[in-house]
Amino acid sequence: MTSDTMILIKSSELFETLKKAKEELDYTLLLDITAIDNLHKSHPPFTRFELVYILRHSNFKDTLIYKVPVEDPEIGVESISPVFTSADWAEREIYDQYGIHFKNHKMLKRVLNHEEFVGHPLRKDYEITKGQYCTVSQDLMDEMKPLLNERDLDMNKDDLMIVNLGPSHPASHGTIRTLAALDGETIVAAAAEVGYLHRGFEKSCENHNYNQIIPYTDRLNYCSALMNNIAFAKTVEEMLDITVPDRGIFIRIILAELSRVIDHLVCLAAGLLDMGGQTNYWYLFNPRNDAYDFLSKLTGARLTNSYMRIGGMTHDLYDGWQSDLEDVLVKIDFGITESLKMILHNRIYNDRIQDVSPVSAVQAIDYGFTGPNLRASGVAYDLRFSDPYYYYDTFDFNMVVGSVGDTYDRMMVRFEEMNESIKIIKQAIKRMPGGDINVADKRITMPSKECVYGGIEGMMNQFKLVIDGVKVPEGEHYGAFEAANGELGFYIVSDGSGTPYKVKVRPPSFYHMAAYPKIIENYQVADAIMTLGSLNIIAGEMDR
Amino acid sequence: MDLSNTHLLDEAVVTTKLDAVVTWGREASLWPFVFGTACCAIEFMATAASRYDISRFGAEVLRFSPRHADLLIVAGTVSYKQAPILKQIWDQMPEPKWCVAVGACASTGGFYDNYTTLQGIDEIVPVDVYVAGCPPRPEAILDAVMDIQRQLKREPKFELRNTEFKGKLDDI
Repeated sequence: MTSDTMILIKSSELFETLKKAKEELDYTLLLDITAIDNLHKSHPPFTRFELVYILRHSNFKDTLIYKVPVEDPEIGVESISPVFTSADWAEREIYDQYGIHFKNHKMLKRVLNHEEFVGHPLRKDYEITKGQYCTVSQDLMDEMKPLLNERDLDMNKDDLMIVNLGPSHPASHGTIRTLAALDGETIVAAAAEVGYLHRGFEKSCENHNYNQIIPYTDRLNYCSALMNNIAFAKTVEEMLDITVPDRGIFIRIILAELSRVIDHLVCLAAGLLDMGGQTNYWYLFNPRNDAYDFLSKLTGARLTNSYMRIGGMTHDLYDGWQSDLEDVLVKIDFGITESLKMILHNRIYNDRIQDVSPVSAVQAIDYGFTGPNLRASGVAYDLRFSDPYYYYDTFDFNMVVGSVGDTYDRMMVRFEEMNESIKIIKQAIKRMPGGDINVADKRITMPSKECVYGGIEGMMNQFKLVIDGVKVPEGEHYGAFEAANGELGFYIVSDGSGTPYKVKVRPPSFYHMAAYPKIIENYQVADAIMTLGSLNIIAGEMDR
Repeated sequence: MDLSNTHLLDEAVVTTKLDAVVTWGREASLWPFVFGTACCAIEFMATAASRYDISRFGAEVLRFSPRHADLLIVAGTVSYKQAPILKQIWDQMPEPKWCVAVGACASTGGFYDNYTTLQGIDEIVPVDVYVAGCPPRPEAILDAVMDIQRQLKREPKFELRNTEFKGKLDDI
């Protein structure tokens, strides 16, 4: 576990402190910003709202958390977006969800909810089921006009054309909307709109107990659902100060790495399909189906598995899982090899994506990039190396790092990472220990069915766990996990009950998407499609 | 009349009902527009890929312009923010047109009973077939396509469909 330091600072000192943290203390990566509404706390602090800034040191080991009480949400606090670019959308989200104002923010408007929305849904006094119809989509020109002014461009004089891509567009990967101003074929300015798949994950978490949240986490990044399960369960387990038995950990490693492979397969298959490489789509997508056959045999579901529980998982591996899994790995390996044969020396592939939308290492950190997209830019940051949880330090595998951070690097890093993940899975199969999969604690793990049906203690135990949930000690914790798309973090605030007081996801895709309109500038529309594919934006995780 | 044996007919004249010809054409060439938003869209991708292969049912010509399509497949959660876009796409599709709600979210809002999620797309557009599952397996999506094929056989061929439907966003 990384060493978390939490420091309370005054809102008037916020800007200077964070500037100092970045420039002098070397906390260069702003991971996330969130807020806490203390309205329903039994011992509320002095102010109703508190802001939480989560930063990571450039050694990628230490995490620093600043807590800032907000005296008046209307007046708010100073925006730190001039210091950290990634704060731009993060602050917009807090304004949207909590109604906290940020002074000197360039474009403080809603980001997840629609423009006609009244109120701030993550405030504790906003009723969860109170939906509000949206009648028209915004035209986004309020964002585009300042961009054009900054660049000294004029729609008429410079003969620009505005093109709208999405949110329902085959290459928009779900629900992403981009508005681009074109000079000929070249994008001169772009603005993006997200929130079309905002499904109220965080509000739902506040109304369900910890194990009930597992199915919701499945649907964050639905291409690697199990990984979200594991990341969430691991964070809660850290708060409970328990560790899953070794067999459970190894099952988690295998499933996490398999999910990473599946995620990368979908990303690359779709990316190459966008480029016109349909054969690659078949070669990469079909082994994914074989992996899903294995997962459905193991968990009962193809896509949204909900296999993990706090303190372990629902059941053990089935007999004969090794041969099934090894068979899947052979098929995946075949798909990757065949696909690489077609593209590696393919001039169309190389010419189309090399040197397209490069992101330098410094820029990438400033944008809040993590995961394969950050590694593509040449930053050797992987939580499995910098903070080796789950025995990752005992496995023989390499970190894949790119050089220039262009679309080519982002795609090739994923290709190589799949091979590394397969290596890990093979080692884990060999090393799979016996024993329990769940922690032996009646307050956390469900009793066996024999106990439930055979005795009053077992039945009461089950009843209490279902109705009250797993009671997590009071406190706040940020847990991070190297997910397929980057650092997936959960910031959980517990009030000691079985239901979290607040859960905030640190979604990697949200920050990748915030940078997207900036990095596609000066490239063509066709390049932008490839860039979007290579960033692997998953809307479920981005919009939550 | 079995039209698969046309080669036997040579130059003979075929008499049939216009309805039968139209049905035959429609059921074997549904052109879907996939309004894919979330997890279900990933399963739709699997349905279109080679193992499940939606083209066996004549519905592989995926159109990404609603003006070319006659089958709207809504695969995924539709939020209130997304609802006007769904309506716009439905309105752009020419008649006759059918709609499938794939998965729990599109059908009822699913377990997202909260401030963001439309509680079923039938508040906005008329739905012909609902598919259960979260997400449904590809076989279930194929079954929905076959359901539409069965349904269009029974329907009047030259009348506008869903004239009595009134969505929440109509008249705005």
